[in-house]
Amino acid sequence: MAEARAPAYDSSSWFGRTLNWIDDRFPMTVLWKTQVAEYYAPKTMNFWYFFGSLALLALVIQIVTGIFLTMHYKPDASIAFASVEYIMREVPWGWLIRYMHSTGASAFFIVVYLHMFRALLYGSYRKPRELTWIFGCLIFLALMAEAFFGYLLPWGQMSYWGAQVIVNLFGAIPFIGEDLAIWIRGDYVISDATLNRFFAMHVIAIPLVLVGLILAHLIALHETGSNNPQGIEIKKHKDANGVPLDGIPFHPYYTVKDIFGAMVFLLVFAIIMFFAPEMGGYFLEYNNFIPADPLKTPPHIAPVWYFTPYYSILRATTDSIMPVMAVAVAALAVMTILRVRSARWKGAVALGALVVIAGFFALDAKVWGVVLMGASVLVFFAMPWLDQAPVKSIRYRGPLYKTALTLFVVAFVVLGYLGVLAPTPGRTLVAQVGMFVYFAFFLLMPWYSRWDSHKPVPERVSK
Amino acid sequence: MNATRRNLIIGTCVAGGAAAAVAAWPFLESWSPSERAKAAGAPVEADVSRLGPGQLMIVEWRGKPVWIIRRTKAMLDDMAKVRDQLLDPESRRPNQPPYAANETRSINPELLVVVGICTHLGCSPTDKFAAGDPTMPAGWQGGFLCPCHGSLFDLAGRVYKNMPAPDNLIVPPHRFASGTTVVIGEDTKGA
Amino acid sequence: MTIEKITRALCVPLALAALVLPAPARGAEADVKLERVEIDLADLPSLQSGARTYVNLCLGCHAAGLVRYNTLLQLGLTEQQVKDNLMFTTDKIGDYMRTAMQPADAREWFGVAPPDLSVAARSRGADWLYTYLRGFYRDPATLTGWNNTVFPNVGMPNVMWHLQGERIRKEEPVMRDGKEVGDGHGGVLKKVSFETVRPGTQTQDEFERTVRDLVNFMVWMGEPVQLKRKQLGLSCSSRSAS
Repeated sequence: MAEARAPAYDSSSWFGRTLNWIDDRFPMTVLWKTQVAEYYAPKTMNFWYFFGSLALLALVIQIVTGIFLTMHYKPDASIAFASVEYIMREVPWGWLIRYMHSTGASAFFIVVYLHMFRALLYGSYRKPRELTWIFGCLIFLALMAEAFFGYLLPWGQMSYWGAQVIVNLFGAIPFIGEDLAIWIRGDYVISDATLNRFFAMHVIAIPLVLVGLILAHLIALHETGSNNPQGIEIKKHKDANGVPLDGIPFHPYYTVKDIFGAMVFLLVFAIIMFFAPEMGGYFLEYNNFIPADPLKTPPHIAPVWYFTPYYSILRATTDSIMPVMAVAVAALAVMTILRVRSARWKGAVALGALVVIAGFFALDAKVWGVVLMGASVLVFFAMPWLDQAPVKSIRYRGPLYKTALTLFVVAFVVLGYLGVLAPTPGRTLVAQVGMFVYFAFFLLMPWYSRWDSHKPVPERVSK
Repeated sequence: MNATRRNLIIGTCVAGGAAAAVAAWPFLESWSPSERAKAAGAPVEADVSRLGPGQLMIVEWRGKPVWIIRRTKAMLDDMAKVRDQLLDPESRRPNQPPYAANETRSINPELLVVVGICTHLGCSPTDKFAAGDPTMPAGWQGGFLCPCHGSLFDLAGRVYKNMPAPDNLIVPPHRFASGTTVVIGEDTKGA
Repeated sequence: MTIEKITRALCVPLALAALVLPAPARGAEADVKLERVEIDLADLPSLQSGARTYVNLCLGCHAAGLVRYNTLLQLGLTEQQVKDNLMFTTDKIGDYMRTAMQPADAREWFGVAPPDLSVAARSRGADWLYTYLRGFYRDPATLTGWNNTVFPNVGMPNVMWHLQGERIRKEEPVMRDGKEVGDGHGGVLKKVSFETVRPGTQTQDEFERTVRDLVNFMVWMGEPVQLKRKQLGLSCSSRSAS
């Protein structure tokens, strides 16, 4: 039993007594107050702050529809494809549940990308929210894994060959690659064993990890408090009761705002689901309506749209670009050496750069394609330390960061679009330029974020 | 801190960590190919007596398509013309059986046995045997095109230079049990 | 305007742009301009006629193994009508639309087993099917004696030849000022035309109608619920709007 504390509710009513009984055994009222009703969020959280709660909504949609899909789906290579069509045709309302799940997958990524973009706009990853950001990046990785495992389950041609391509990425790792790929597949090719284990990963292992990470993300967020469009720490100015002067209680202000966002989101969601569930071949790929055939590769393999920016980077890494990359790494290393003070660090950076450059020429371009694809996702983790600007929000940053962010978004969209198309020499060249812009945004950030001109940040939040 | 207590804590952590690692092993190992998968990976025999000149047959081995191609004299001659455009024309790289390390990449120059899976990311290339095929680059002498990322291979499965695929198509371990029977998945004893 | 506002304003147009972006490639064998076909899933007579064509001409080789015969009742037919006119391989209305052909025989006859077409319209698209089914011509060089404009060297013969008639493909050099024109690949630019050498039992208009009905049916078969889906979407959104 908790320490003696005045009962929060009126003991004369039956309902109040029940609540007091619970509070003595579980911190229900305390949690409600500290995390919701008396969680003070900045009063200026705008449009971009819808996407956190929408991501949670998308997760709930995926989990609920997913649970019901598992009741009819069969993770068996010989009947998986037919069992999905069984859901679409024969299970009452099965088509609705399945389309909710397939549309929900894309919606989840749209919302998460916009949620991450918000962080880039307002510097939400900066001190003191580094751990919130890192948990967020881990959630993004888990989400990609979840989507990847789930995409094999319909057992169509794109499911099969997409998984084949990605698992073979691991095969590119020197020495252990081939054995690692066999270990992941549980067979010499993608087969029934692979489908069955991907099913297990998709329906239980990764969702558990996701939920845990989301909890950690929220706990870390509520410890530091939410950021705002001006990047001002509202906890600096509190009233006599310790309530931030520029904060408003999350409930009812933001619960109501988020419910409004959820309504708009669900309306758009329903329109896509009812009228364009294939979304022109982006949400449900046409080739995935052909059952998986290990002996026949579809003429053109493209992952689903949310993976294509990274896939473009993989494809853009060819032999011919290695010298350019070697020059870029050398330049970055020289700039870093001039920047760091300690001689030991200078040596470490020089050695690291030499090893990488030697590796560019010693190992296959294929290996580096995999490395760069991984790096393009993992580099997000480093953002709190790459950004050296004295301000957080884009409102007080100068032209350098604004240009960099614009170029980055353009590169991301262009890479994503190129990843859907079949490669041609011209497209590969564009993708290579896009790849350099993508990495330059992150790796040059320590310099341009410092050189930039910055406006003074006000003490208190305002419109 | 009391030295005994500290040693006990260290000892408990080490023992606990070791126990956890040992307990994890069976679970990790359970992901390796099962006995059923291994049995399905046994060698297969292919009868090539009915394979006509310039034809390709597909045999499934370990779930992978293995191509057997009977090349004509003209095809073998055309192959020589593209030699200097290839990445590894003599198949010097050691990731194939020694009997593939020659210009035709085969035991019998006529018969090519390769795994029909692109060495880039595992797609199955399409055959483009006709020299001068208008859909292919100029000077095409016949070979294979990978539909995924556009890698080109010649009629010996040798990859062209500057392609996404880093290597020639893999020659699987195989041997001729007789003049017309190829056993795939097994080498000649001692070879 | 600030980046926040510009990007916020761009959210919706970008989402809409995704709808009109060139769709990812469908599994196409050749780069041929496809002809558009009007699909109308409310046109029950067309769907019934398509179902009849499918059962008579396609089902012999191509199963629709994910569709049950009683699903055809949704096309405005009675159980007796389906049994009398559309069911040849079974006598149970709840059975799947399977084919009588054995896969091993099929591989022997056509080189590959003819695929199940339950969801073919979803992978190929209606326009592809419409152009493909009308794109057959006589070609003595192939195993079946038929070739196709959309799917070169396809293993399938023209099963509708008695309706369409027989066509042959003709190539003539394009002449400009009395000279041949190069095609940019070292060859000569050629104009391809088709000539009907033996007429079929249907006129060209009738045949187009037959194929259109068949494709309409195949689109319906690919997702029998789609008309209901859109109607439900309309009633949902109109109700939430009012």
